[in-house]
Amino acid sequence: MTEQISIQDQGQGLYPITEQVRVELLHRLRQVLPSDSLIVEQESQRPFECDALMLYRDLPLVVVLPATVEQVRDVLRICHQLNVPVVARGSGTGLCAGAMPHPEGVLLGLSKLDRILDIDPLARTARVQSGVSNLSISDAAAAHGLYYAPDPSSQIACSIGGNVAENSGGVHCLKYGLTVHNVLSLELLTVEGERLTVGSQGLDSPGYDLMALFTGSEGLLGVVTEVTVRLLPCPEVARVVMAGFDTVNAAGDAVGAVIAAGIIPAGLEMMDRLAIQAADDFARAGYPRDAEAMLLCEVDGTGEEVAEHTAKIESLFRELGASSIMVSQNETERALLWKGRKSAFPAVGRLAPDYLCMDGTIPRGQVSFVLNEISRLSQQYKLRVANVFHAGDGNLHPLILYDASDPLEVRKAEEFGSEILQLSVQVGGCITGEHGVGLEKLRQMPSQFSTAELLQFEEVKHAFDPALTLNPGKGVPILKRCQEYRALPARHQHD
Amino acid sequence: MTEGSTIDASPGDLSQHIIGAVIEARSAQQPLYINAGGSKRHLVGRDCNARVLDVSGHTGIVEYHPGELVITARAGTLLTRLTDALHEHGQMLSFDPPLFDGKATLGGTLACNLSGPARPWSGSVRDMVLGVQLINGKGELLNFGGKVIKNVAGYDVSRLQAGALGTLGVLSEISLKVLPRYEHCLSLSYEMTAQEAVDTMNQRAAQPKPLQGAFWVDGRLHLRLAGAMDAVEHTARQWGGEVLGASDTSWCDLRDMSLPFFAGDAPLWRFSIKATAPANTALGNTLIDWCGAQRWVRGDHDSAVLRETAAAGEGHVTLFRGGDRSSEVRSTLSAVEQRLQQRLKHSFDPDGILNPGRLYSWL
Repeated sequence: MTEQISIQDQGQGLYPITEQVRVELLHRLRQVLPSDSLIVEQESQRPFECDALMLYRDLPLVVVLPATVEQVRDVLRICHQLNVPVVARGSGTGLCAGAMPHPEGVLLGLSKLDRILDIDPLARTARVQSGVSNLSISDAAAAHGLYYAPDPSSQIACSIGGNVAENSGGVHCLKYGLTVHNVLSLELLTVEGERLTVGSQGLDSPGYDLMALFTGSEGLLGVVTEVTVRLLPCPEVARVVMAGFDTVNAAGDAVGAVIAAGIIPAGLEMMDRLAIQAADDFARAGYPRDAEAMLLCEVDGTGEEVAEHTAKIESLFRELGASSIMVSQNETERALLWKGRKSAFPAVGRLAPDYLCMDGTIPRGQVSFVLNEISRLSQQYKLRVANVFHAGDGNLHPLILYDASDPLEVRKAEEFGSEILQLSVQVGGCITGEHGVGLEKLRQMPSQFSTAELLQFEEVKHAFDPALTLNPGKGVPILKRCQEYRALPARHQHD
Repeated sequence: MTEGSTIDASPGDLSQHIIGAVIEARSAQQPLYINAGGSKRHLVGRDCNARVLDVSGHTGIVEYHPGELVITARAGTLLTRLTDALHEHGQMLSFDPPLFDGKATLGGTLACNLSGPARPWSGSVRDMVLGVQLINGKGELLNFGGKVIKNVAGYDVSRLQAGALGTLGVLSEISLKVLPRYEHCLSLSYEMTAQEAVDTMNQRAAQPKPLQGAFWVDGRLHLRLAGAMDAVEHTARQWGGEVLGASDTSWCDLRDMSLPFFAGDAPLWRFSIKATAPANTALGNTLIDWCGAQRWVRGDHDSAVLRETAAAGEGHVTLFRGGDRSSEVRSTLSAVEQRLQQRLKHSFDPDGILNPGRLYSWL
């Protein structure tokens, strides 16, 4: 059993949930939901106690699993009237404890909103409910030669609503953008349960760009029930160039050389030795196991373009001293090379009882410096770390290996992670590139933002959710505690 | 600074001056109209008669690292200054913004969310924004987003500035993602009706080809291919049509709104609608851009009728230039959205001193 960390200092106690309110809440929820859409028993709630960041767990008052937008609306109305916190959850694959339940609130599971409503091949759009999985959109669009570009590693399971909440990326976002670049409109419910459409079927909307504001807002501003996404034509050809290097520096230089040559690869990934070996053990992908760093560089487009760019990249890598190079010759080979990368997290996870995945972003030119610092910190904390890096867009995923049954290691791992994030900010980057802040990185928010900036975030939150009942205690720190966070950066959450 | 970086030798940082002006205006309850190049004063938004806050001197490239694909500049910087700096390193502003005789500034372009013909494929200025520094209506200098390609910490206040017409803050610095220039460009042209053009544009866009522009005017569809040399040439051979040479300026003229279609004083309306919405011949002379998603119409139309037309096209319409600029110039928002937008405005500018009424009379 992993050590539990509650959100006790993240807003608990703000909501006076008396026994009377609890009884009233359950009574009213039963009036609007069928009995199999309500989970009150604690043991049955266990699957919902955390997202994919299992270090942080809690149980809600009740889990609800509405099957229609009207039911979601009714749940929100009831919670609003009773001032009960609501935490929306898609598939629970998030990596920042953003969907961890609130102990005094309702966990609003949206997995039953799983219908693909419409695919318009000529306009190249798909209209889907928010619980639909990322990959199933591409699967449904494939018949028309189209696909949905953002591809987080969890794409088999993660929901499009969750992608919107976190502004998810993936290995192809250097060329094709994040969720925010690939969604056209949202159907939402406000905290009061009112329906709201933002965005349009055009490429912008009148008034403020609420699409931009809602995307990545971590369920703090509203609940997404429907999403219209843009679809892209499937590329004619895609090929991966895999190259091993004897030093991380050489691999970093090779990344810069590709960009300098005027090529924007569809994906450009780096892994270090520990990650290469773990992923290769897991996926048998044929990775260069003796290399210190490895690049996977995918180019896609027309046959002519891919041929031209593949040749250029291969020659650049050779010039820069690659110790091994392989170019995928068919779709099977390409899929295998990506399989290793996409399973890198669970693969590294087999090396230790637990791992903590960081998500800092850095200027690409700082990669050697930052990886050397991480290596130094690894020795200092006596915790192993494997590095998986979206090198093209500077998004680093150090995976810190530790044993969650040892409270000292938990603390060390968290402190190590915190130092990596602060290092990312120091070199000009940020604390999260695609996983979100959630509960996990709240403590690092003041290292990236000033008090005035955090106060502005709080004002934005107030504009949409004056009673602070949507996913409270996540995303942006509760301000009255902000000064305490600054004063006590090292204080452990469950001291 | 890494090798190859560009930074302006004599930076013009007026942020402290702007902060002072905002604080003073707030205490005097005297609204401000933010102005730099002035190229869009009579475009996009409603008339705003507040005292002018001149930010044209707030200029300079603050950081440019070609290898990072990121440029940061002050909001008053002319776009031409940016495009020149990028050109030296073989890079470009992929959103292809109108330069308006060289007067357009970075801040104005973001505030108005103006992007050129490549927008459906290469994204908008909103899409390319990575971070902003702004001065809110309380005179606070705030930084959001970052200077890296990915950043999801906190709300996306940076992209929220796109199209906000300066009503949420005075933009101070803007960081943008930039991209390599295309290796090769080529234009194709075909004679056809508006409806045939809408169909053809969208059919072609559904193919994995290097299409980077599609517009129709005066009975001709124009397609732009851009990318790797062989890919462009091969696609041009496949698609056929009249090939236009390097002397073809129609794409620049379209971007800068200097095609004959845009000339004259007749009101200019901009529809932002579903790309496949049927061509509407009842509205008179039309220019269809953005693969069908942006359509321009001229003339003294009834705004209520055009708003209904836009709604039927699942989008919205703006009186972009000319006409009555004291009434609302944009499509109406729902009551819920209107309330949220007012609250949002209040959260940044509680006393309503920044460009009041420029976006909507009630904002």
